[in-house]
Amino acid sequence: MEDAVSLTGAPENKSPEVSFIHRLLRMRETGLIAIILVLFIVMSFASPYFLTWVNMRAMVMAFAVEGIVVVGMTILLISGGIDLSVGSVTALAMVIAGWLFLNGVDPWVASAISIAACTGIGAFMGFFVTRVGLHHFIVSLAIMVIARGACLLGTGGRPLGLFTLPPEFKFIGQGSIGPIPVVIIIFLAVVIGFDFMLRRTTLFRKVFYTGSNEKAAAYSGIRTKRVIFFTTTLCSALCGVAGIIYMARFGSAQPTFGIGMELNVIAAAVIGGASLKGGSGTIFGAILGAVLLSVVSSSLALLDVSVYWQDIIRGSILLTAVSIDHYLVKKRA
Amino acid sequence: MTDDVILKISNLSKSFGPVRALKGVDFELRQGEIHALAGENGAGKSTLMNVIDGILQPDSGEILFDGVPVRIASPAMAQKLGVGFVHQETALCPDVSVAENIFMATTNASRSLLMNYRTLEQKAAEVLGELVDINPATLVRDLSISHQQLVEIAKALTLDCRVLILDEPTAALTEKEAQILFRIMRRLADKGISIIYISHRMVEIFDNCDRVSVFRDGQYITTRNVSEITPDDVVNAMVGRVIDELYPRKQTEAERSDEIILNVRNLNERSRFRDVSFQLRKGEILGLAGLIGAGRSEIVKGICQLEGEVSGEVALNGKTLSLSSYQDSIAEGIVYLSEDRKGDGIFLDMPIAGNVSALKPEQVANGFGLILRQKEESQAEALGARLNLKYGSLTDPVSSLSGGNQQKVAIAKMLSVNPKLIFLDEPTRGVDVGAKAEIHRILRNLAASGVGILVISSELPELIGVCDRVLVVREGRISGEVTGDRMTEENIMHLASVGGAQAAIQ
Repeated sequence: MEDAVSLTGAPENKSPEVSFIHRLLRMRETGLIAIILVLFIVMSFASPYFLTWVNMRAMVMAFAVEGIVVVGMTILLISGGIDLSVGSVTALAMVIAGWLFLNGVDPWVASAISIAACTGIGAFMGFFVTRVGLHHFIVSLAIMVIARGACLLGTGGRPLGLFTLPPEFKFIGQGSIGPIPVVIIIFLAVVIGFDFMLRRTTLFRKVFYTGSNEKAAAYSGIRTKRVIFFTTTLCSALCGVAGIIYMARFGSAQPTFGIGMELNVIAAAVIGGASLKGGSGTIFGAILGAVLLSVVSSSLALLDVSVYWQDIIRGSILLTAVSIDHYLVKKRA
Repeated sequence: MTDDVILKISNLSKSFGPVRALKGVDFELRQGEIHALAGENGAGKSTLMNVIDGILQPDSGEILFDGVPVRIASPAMAQKLGVGFVHQETALCPDVSVAENIFMATTNASRSLLMNYRTLEQKAAEVLGELVDINPATLVRDLSISHQQLVEIAKALTLDCRVLILDEPTAALTEKEAQILFRIMRRLADKGISIIYISHRMVEIFDNCDRVSVFRDGQYITTRNVSEITPDDVVNAMVGRVIDELYPRKQTEAERSDEIILNVRNLNERSRFRDVSFQLRKGEILGLAGLIGAGRSEIVKGICQLEGEVSGEVALNGKTLSLSSYQDSIAEGIVYLSEDRKGDGIFLDMPIAGNVSALKPEQVANGFGLILRQKEESQAEALGARLNLKYGSLTDPVSSLSGGNQQKVAIAKMLSVNPKLIFLDEPTRGVDVGAKAEIHRILRNLAASGVGILVISSELPELIGVCDRVLVVREGRISGEVTGDRMTEENIMHLASVGGAQAAIQ
């Protein structure tokens, strides 16, 4: 598993150049970048709008906020878990903050409370997984439905218009520093920060140990339940952050937002090399997976392909990417 | 018992890769006899039984059933021939009733679409009636292990079998239940059914069986009438083997120390072990012997708080410890090398360096919890050199190494925290001969440098070759201790299966 290997980083002894190129070629990220580049070249010929600043910006904006959730999901997958509730929890973050704001709470305070609430939801799921002993899949499936229900209950099913949000709050979602949207800056900060921590810190190293072999981790003195509790909570907390950014961007809280988001997010992480069995995956790879899916969506839209076909094509890409990867891993082993 | 031979096996061989599990084995089963199989773990008994039950296919050799050559291609075919097999580990469906479990095979063959639960339960009650009082409608998951074992036996009895194989059926039974089982076995034998009985307990073999066949290292040694021999003869035949010279030198008289590293007193764990007391002295390698399931691993895992709720006193270098987790144990310098390397000893798809640092990644990190790659790799490099580890790159996954080198990574992981005491559970399982000798030398050097070394092994020659002193565990108690010239396979097997003086008093 190359992803696991790369977590300790760079090439080693012998002839450094040769082994670096060799390693680069074997890395999944390289393959993904190649596919994305090919798509770019093909699309720039197929559609004159593809390589425009407007389209590029729209594409990046489309996955940047979801990308924050991808980070949380990837870390959770590495530890051996999964979370189906990300879409509903993201929507709930918007609804809680929006509702508080409409009831006179300062938007920054409302956001902090909302993110804390999402963190609490993650801790609640973590409790059921590590203490009660239920599977992530079932617990998060239940929370997915409950959180969505709470969204609809809190809003009566209609979006909350938040027209009075102060401009400095909307700046998070709509502003730019120079030519670069703030959303993208936040996204890059989260990605780079967590990618670095995942590769380098002892805390996240324990996430890899736990996901790679939970029993061996326990036999190495790692409190694996705490690790899983932590990754579960972190994923929901990042959903909270994403929800707040969406709210600032849309100027509203949408109770039906993010339906089906879990599929996109899990697909991105898995295309980028995370294993559902745990123990492998990188943030960088997962973000490339998200980029790939986003480029495909954007291309299909520009080519006027029906929305229904888009879903079929996205699903097929997921199946193909994972099959090829599975085949390569088996061949190497 | 008649002299009619129902099953005859000649010159049967079976290999698993390079391992020759059966080397030209002969075996003969007469109609209506209870025939015991004896041999150490790995002697080939289970392989032979799996061949008879059609689970494994032999590489060569002949099987005659009623004098007719047969090829037993599957367990279903074995069942047709009339072979019933009660495995040591129960294989019942936990969420289904006792009755349905008992008649699983018959249900499978039935043409009726609907289940008739009332008839099923009545029939099950009849079969169970002789064995034990269990309500056939109970779910199997609600039964104790011993009752599950009895259901398993009942299941075999419902098959119209002519040959019944029982693999250590009494391991999970109480004495009373075992006696009932023996009565039923005798009654079946009187009806003409032949029984193959596998057990490590000499008493059971000599009280209940007609003949005994002994296997050793995949070879057939002998078959004798029980009435003509003694338990010691059987044990001798089981272990009679020359110890090779691959082992490092032992502790000399002059090196012997009275300094105690580990002092364990009156250790108890509910059902798994009782009144365990022993001492580990500085410089010695202490062995822990015993049959599988006797409680060897459970005792050491209990001491370092990996498993179980243990009561009793544990002192390290004179200081009484109160450990509440394995993390505490590691902090005190007590570590456990797992017997199941791939299952829970190492992280197969993670890099070598990352495996070595796993016990305390903080050691190779800076104050902010950032892992310093160079520090991590130099730790792995230094320990790798000390253990003579062969690898390509420290960033390669451990799965790229041979079994022996994987084990060295697991040992390096233990050494990374400078332990005061290491429990090694089956340290050379699945390791080739060369690496095995190296690991033994490493253990000797560690002991000489003052690290406490306790080795658990199912291979008696290994224990005798490596250890200065061996404790024997039998049914959760320490049944005796052997040192020096008394450290022979015969003595250890005797203590492990029959029980020593200490066990007899209790």
